[in-house]
Amino acid sequence: MNIVVCVKHVPDATGERTFSAADNTVDRAGSDGLLSELDEYAIEEALKITEASDGEVTVLTVGPEQAAHAVRKSLQMGAHKGVHVCDEGLHGSDSVATSLVLAEAIRKLDHDIVLCGMASTDGSMSVVPAMLAERLGLPQVTFASEVTVDGDTVRIRRDGDAATEIVEASVPVLVSVTDQSNEPRYPSFKGIMAAKKKPVETWTLADLGVDASQVGLDAAWTRVSAFEARPPRTAGQIVTDEGEGGVQLAEYLATQKFV
Amino acid sequence: MSEVLVLVDHVDGEVRKTTAELLTLAARVGEPAAVFMGSQVDVALEALARFGATKVYVLDDAALGDFLVAPKAEALAQLVATTLPAAVLIPSSAEGKEIAGRLAIKAESGIITDAVDVVAAYGGVQTTQSVFAGNFTVTASVTKGTPIITVKPNSVTPIEIAGAAEVETFTVEISEAAKTARIVERQPREATGRPELTEAAIVVSGGRGTGGDFTAVEAFADALGAAVGASRAAVDSGWYPHSFQIGQTGKTVSPRLYVATGISGAIQHRAGMQTSQTIVAVNKDAEAPIFELVDFGVVGDLKKVLPQATDEVLRRKG
Repeated sequence: MNIVVCVKHVPDATGERTFSAADNTVDRAGSDGLLSELDEYAIEEALKITEASDGEVTVLTVGPEQAAHAVRKSLQMGAHKGVHVCDEGLHGSDSVATSLVLAEAIRKLDHDIVLCGMASTDGSMSVVPAMLAERLGLPQVTFASEVTVDGDTVRIRRDGDAATEIVEASVPVLVSVTDQSNEPRYPSFKGIMAAKKKPVETWTLADLGVDASQVGLDAAWTRVSAFEARPPRTAGQIVTDEGEGGVQLAEYLATQKFV
Repeated sequence: MSEVLVLVDHVDGEVRKTTAELLTLAARVGEPAAVFMGSQVDVALEALARFGATKVYVLDDAALGDFLVAPKAEALAQLVATTLPAAVLIPSSAEGKEIAGRLAIKAESGIITDAVDVVAAYGGVQTTQSVFAGNFTVTASVTKGTPIITVKPNSVTPIEIAGAAEVETFTVEISEAAKTARIVERQPREATGRPELTEAAIVVSGGRGTGGDFTAVEAFADALGAAVGASRAAVDSGWYPHSFQIGQTGKTVSPRLYVATGISGAIQHRAGMQTSQTIVAVNKDAEAPIFELVDFGVVGDLKKVLPQATDEVLRRKG
């Protein structure tokens, strides 16, 4: 099985995340970035599948220069090679344009399975995997909390709001995995050293035959007109339990009409 | 006035609360028209009429339930192409967002996910979203095609207003290409007897501080008529099922009252509850970051505080 894993480089959620006032896009330069935590589960799943059979894992990202960090981390975990689509024209792209670029890159790569995380930790839209399946005409088996590969059949467990479903499709398929699917490995020292020798290609929009007018902020089908920091919550009342904490809590809820 | 399509969220025809909310929002922008996929529309009609649906499009094809997401997106795209609505509103569930994503590509239309408000503006639709763990509020609009918007639960209080709910059967043609991810087994989730987590007005959740025993958390929740949630730490420890996890990789809730017990309040958790109206916490550690968010907090052992609070709530309720 040859697997392409789509990953995203995102602003660190534990740091200050904000927007650029100039064009209302996510500020990606002013904050520390890292491989989206939820994509590590997709890499782990791809590694497990190839380790149990054969084939290579190619990690694919679309993003500015610093996104190369996400590719490097993936290679350190064990992916075999990397592709980084990097082009100034991509700045401000929405999910529709991002999925277009990813789809064109995937077409150029050998793939039995395309693997994604369940969402990015910045935009957290969860729509790109479904968009990729739509664009590539692949069966969509997504939000998997468990993945089994049996010959050419991929079977997943999907824990939905109303029911748990078992979904099956034949390769080539598109799979997305949740954080329940596995336990991502840490890069080993050996893995970190080996990653330095692994091939990484950088592609531009021209390499993919994507016209610059189809991507970027001006081509986005949505527009952010304003962003506003949430006002800080006013300091609340804190009491220490000295035997009456429960009664005090109930009294507070009663004054707020919750009881 | 143009129609605004609302994709009905239902289980065997039983309409979920989010549908009433979406119909209420749709009425601000145009004529709310419900889109019902499945065969049990008879069960749903009363609720759809009560919350103002002027029309109910019924799309019934076995493939809609037999295969994952793709047939539903295809069916909805066919309806959009025929009815040319002013917007399409879809519940912000995992499936809803995936249907919306595929529909956006098919209909060459812009998509906005996780809206917490939808209003009419400049002859179109404007949305509000809460992003970066609830730290920012973003105003956005769709600039191409039919606005496709997924809306979070609890975004609006549903308004009862009688609608004609005129049934119109819409015949869909599902392609072979959309029938490739087959659902081979479906196990309905067991009812807990408590409100649905994302829809509940009150949520009581437990974390590491429970030590794995949710008895006190559940008893307090039941006294308040609340749903029960859990932090990632509690779920990862195997103490509570993942479907009750609140946070970045679980559910996002925005209830009127959120009670966090034995939860420190890491960013991953805050992402799932920070927009709650009133926040209350019980935690042994006075330095826990959750106390930065609260309207009322008790520094103490939840195993002592919660049972006492439960008794007091029940006593006051008489």
